[in-house]
Amino acid sequence: MQLTINGEKKEVSAATLAGLLVELDYRGDWLATARNGEIVPRDLRSECRLDEGDRIEILSPMQGG
Amino acid sequence: MLELYGKTLSSRLLLGTAQYPSPAIMAEAIRASRTEIVTVSLRRETAGAGSGGGFWSLIRSLNVDVLPNTAGCHSVKEAVTTARMARELFATNWIKLEVIGNPDTLQPDVFGLVEAARILSDEGFEVFPYTTDDLIVAERLLEAGCRVLMPWCAPIGSARGPSNPDALRSLRGYFPDTPLIVDAGLGRPSHAAIVMELGYDAVLLNTAVAKAGDPVRMASAFADAVDAGHAAHEAGLLEPRDMAVPSTPIFGKAVLT
Repeated sequence: MQLTINGEKKEVSAATLAGLLVELDYRGDWLATARNGEIVPRDLRSECRLDEGDRIEILSPMQGG
Repeated sequence: MLELYGKTLSSRLLLGTAQYPSPAIMAEAIRASRTEIVTVSLRRETAGAGSGGGFWSLIRSLNVDVLPNTAGCHSVKEAVTTARMARELFATNWIKLEVIGNPDTLQPDVFGLVEAARILSDEGFEVFPYTTDDLIVAERLLEAGCRVLMPWCAPIGSARGPSNPDALRSLRGYFPDTPLIVDAGLGRPSHAAIVMELGYDAVLLNTAVAKAGDPVRMASAFADAVDAGHAAHEAGLLEPRDMAVPSTPIFGKAVLT
């Protein structure tokens, strides 16, 4: 199915958000995730089913002021 | 000592982590600033890069507390969701709340700011709102649950210094027991000293240090200025007057005419 991940359209096969992170090689325990504008906490990623057209944001710590 | 949401601090300087020439210089500047709190952000991670991990492990090695921000958020929803993500990622209830209302001035949307502050305070966040120097907005933010206020003194990154000292003085006078931190617009250590002399509890800055010719030395200069301004306020500053007053006693002066 096609999702928008961090603003880019991608064809993926994972059924859950946890699976998506593995499929796309997002590593580390410093990631925060959102689906369609709502936070998906770490513990709920494996239960978070993905649907065609979902907008996924995958964030990490960055420099800030 | 300064207390922010129950945390006791000896440094009155909060420092941003953006725009440094290198991570090593950033780390050295943070150490030189003697700060105990640095601001951090959340941005999109690149697949396979792990870029956030390197930055995060460097910050963790510096033995400072982190104050995550919602920089770049232009709506309540965006800011609230970013705050929730930051809480999970950084494992802190602290959030520097920014709801930007104007892209040119980066002036806060104070109406959205109050709304977001209320939502987040109700969820147990300890909100550090980046706000204007408006007294009534400050009142609303306190009513919304904020226990710290962070008024700007000039637009972010402008280095203009306190452009409305009267408004800052007024805020200080009306909220004597609320920690007030000037956030944004400081360009020089003397600017930091001025707001600390006004009785502010702390300053938060980034660009003036990160973009200095020598960020490490500038961080140290700001730390000294903050300490000097705070000490001066505590010591009791002389009120200015219009006319001269001789500082040398008249009594005992020789008559030589």
